[in-house]
Amino acid sequence: MSVFDLLTRQAFGCASLRSAPCGSAYLRVVLARTSIAIPLMAVKASCGFPSPADDYLERPLDFNELIIENAAATFAVRVEGESMIGVGIFPGDIAVVNRARNPVDGCIVLALVDGEFTIKRYRKRGARLWLEAGNPAFADIEITEEQNFEVWGVISRCVRLL
Amino acid sequence: MAALYALVDCNNFYASCERVFQPALRGKPVVVLSNNDGCVIARSNEAKALGVEMGAPWHLHKRLFETQGIIVRSSNYSLYGDMSARVMNTLRHFTPNIEIYSIDEAFLSFAGFETSLVAHAAALRSTVMQWTGIPVSVGIAPTKLLAKVANRFAKKDAASNGVMILATQAEQEAALGRMALTDLWGVASRLAARLHALGIASPLDLKRADPDYIRQHFSVVMQRMVLELRGISCMPLEEIVPDRKNIVASRSFGRPVQTRQEMEEAVSTYAARAAEKMRRQNLATASLMVFVETNGFRPQDAQYQASKLVHLPVATADTSKLIAAAMRATSIIWRGGYRYKKAGVMLLDLISSGRVQGGLFDAPDDARSKARMKVLDTLNGRYGRDTLTFAATGRARAWKLRRDLLSPRYTTDWNELLSVR
Repeated sequence: MSVFDLLTRQAFGCASLRSAPCGSAYLRVVLARTSIAIPLMAVKASCGFPSPADDYLERPLDFNELIIENAAATFAVRVEGESMIGVGIFPGDIAVVNRARNPVDGCIVLALVDGEFTIKRYRKRGARLWLEAGNPAFADIEITEEQNFEVWGVISRCVRLL
Repeated sequence: MAALYALVDCNNFYASCERVFQPALRGKPVVVLSNNDGCVIARSNEAKALGVEMGAPWHLHKRLFETQGIIVRSSNYSLYGDMSARVMNTLRHFTPNIEIYSIDEAFLSFAGFETSLVAHAAALRSTVMQWTGIPVSVGIAPTKLLAKVANRFAKKDAASNGVMILATQAEQEAALGRMALTDLWGVASRLAARLHALGIASPLDLKRADPDYIRQHFSVVMQRMVLELRGISCMPLEEIVPDRKNIVASRSFGRPVQTRQEMEEAVSTYAARAAEKMRRQNLATASLMVFVETNGFRPQDAQYQASKLVHLPVATADTSKLIAAAMRATSIIWRGGYRYKKAGVMLLDLISSGRVQGGLFDAPDDARSKARMKVLDTLNGRYGRDTLTFAATGRARAWKLRRDLLSPRYTTDWNELLSVR
């Protein structure tokens, strides 16, 4: 049983919302695209016999901790194009951008070159600055004095839904 | 030295939010329109330089804006709200004491940073810029009113680099000497005219006025203003937002509403939205007011406005009961034959939902009602607004807000992320 069904049953005392009367109005249900089935743990405490796991209770894994280093500075962008497939960034992926990080040679950045956004590897050797593609079919971009260049943020994670 | 306040104000906030994700807008004149694309509510510096006025009606200036190359955007409050939260959270790294004053302004206590004010403020500015992409100005002074004055000059003087400190009397007087009364926080032109009549013609005059005399002629608020101008702090930081006394959900319609069914859909929608806001604060109400109005700016149309307050026997937080009450009120004030411009629902006399008392014949919301509202709020929170709605709020909602020039919700919707090659 999904969480949705369970909540429905608790709230309306019936299995289907279609038959649920609700004051003067009737609830209209637009089903969500997805349903999440999470096993619900029995939380009833049995008096006198505390669970042996009580002392070891920890918070469940929080994927935000894994992906977000600094919430105020973290943005998500959608990857298009194949210029970075060699480093494992594919079209359709969600690239996580951390603006709080400063770019260093070798990191992947979301850059602005002459007003266009692009994701590339940031390269800096001495005075030379260039953006390196992760795909031999794409040429590197040399950054010159005349170019309007800025690093919008450093790509810190890449999320792909399989 | 007395403790110092900083006012951090985002520069041209709405236009700046748009520019973070659309670099092509940088350096160009940008205006943002009010709900329904009515009139100009925000301007970039470039648009100000072209003489675009606040409140300029969009439909009258459309052509002119096009010829002047002014870029127009509908207001994208999803984006502005999220960017505002990011700015405020960044500010918390610079002081534990912060009062969020509006979507783009916050007062900060800088107590403890007196010896390194310039460096602290500069670090704050550059950090907000790096993390969020939003430029801010910082005004620092011994009172909130003077911090507001300082902020004005942080914005105006290019040499200030976005930070202005008015720590001494001399600095404060020099700044006040360059301002008109109406430039002061909270002084509108009518109040300025009354001050003029008493021989107070400038901010410096006001500062030198006798506080007791001002209190007699105006109010305690004005007296505080005089003291604040003198550097005596009378308005401490309000770090905790007091519980709200009432909640309003109201919008102008995208096009005139003329049928009763559409009006009932709109009022039901606003009732549902207001109820949701109320539950988020764990409040309940027994008083609900509905108001409707026609467009006063169209003198050729017949005009009508009305409001009706209805009372429920017992305070509730249940959307279905509130919609039913709103429908009762609507049926009383509805008049056919008008072109309605706006409607709204106001919830008054809010009380904590845990302290609702039942009546002789009427019980407070039962566990089942509470669970139902929880499902509603949980689903709409997780899967997006309007995932689960009441049929009374309508399906098509043709009356809904017009936002033809809306940019994507880059930070709040997975389907509207910035795409990058």
